[in-house]
Amino acid sequence: MKKNIYYFILILVTLIVFTLLYKAIFKSNSYIPSLAINKKINNFSAYSLFSNKEINIEVLSKEKKITIINIWSSWCLPCRNEHKYLMKLKQHKNIYLIGLNYKDNPSKAREFIDDFGNPFFEILSDPKGIIAIDIGAYGVPETYIIDNELNIIKKFIGELNSNDYDKIVDIANR
Amino acid sequence: MKLIKLLIIFLILIYQNISYANNNSLLINKITKNLRCLICQGQSVYDSQSDFANSVKILVDKKIQEGNSEEEIYEYLINKYGQWVVYDPEINKKTLFLWLFPVILFVFGGLLIMRKVFIK
Repeated sequence: MKKNIYYFILILVTLIVFTLLYKAIFKSNSYIPSLAINKKINNFSAYSLFSNKEINIEVLSKEKKITIINIWSSWCLPCRNEHKYLMKLKQHKNIYLIGLNYKDNPSKAREFIDDFGNPFFEILSDPKGIIAIDIGAYGVPETYIIDNELNIIKKFIGELNSNDYDKIVDIANR
Repeated sequence: MKLIKLLIIFLILIYQNISYANNNSLLINKITKNLRCLICQGQSVYDSQSDFANSVKILVDKKIQEGNSEEEIYEYLINKYGQWVVYDPEINKKTLFLWLFPVILFVFGGLLIMRKVFIK
């Protein structure tokens, strides 16, 4: 009788462990950016790519309803693909685009802008990638919509598509 | 005399090396080993050479130089990237089982051994 109970417990424990491990196989184990809980970006200053002046983001976004920060790099292929949407966004009156040039060679970055056009009102350099981390990004490209108090309204991870473009225009016209 | 001079120079050199290592890099290594590289699979920030990981290393170094403690740096990164970024999960409803399970196993196993010993 006692032996039976032991066997029963053994089988039960094995079953429980097996189901747990089996379920865990199908559970996605990768980072989901939308879960990140940051609501506000820290104020930062960075050097401008073209004028070498130090520029503060709070000052830049102060009188704008919304500011869009696009993290890009000349070596990043998705950035090339999304560039046409940024150029389109530039034509909207109440959209104010700031570029954050992530871990890039300045001359290559300038070349990129010369080739594809400049959608940004200001391009800030982030040679070490620290500012991107501080914003909460983890790669390029990423696009953040912030208000004048640096609160994040929306963020787009990865390449912008026509859907994202519509959303941005929508938020800007609100 | 010459020997003593040499010895002193040698000691100074060693001491400088040690103090350099103690400076920040040990703490940086310790912290980055505890951080998950978000864009790599199963690697810590310490192990990874990805752009993300390299930036985090520089940032941790900067934060230490600014006088932040280890805990403050973890808190800062959790605030940015969520609990996922640290390897040491905090105890909450979701992770309670994770923390308790080894204890349960340990107690259960201990009981089994105790029974065996006492029955004998």
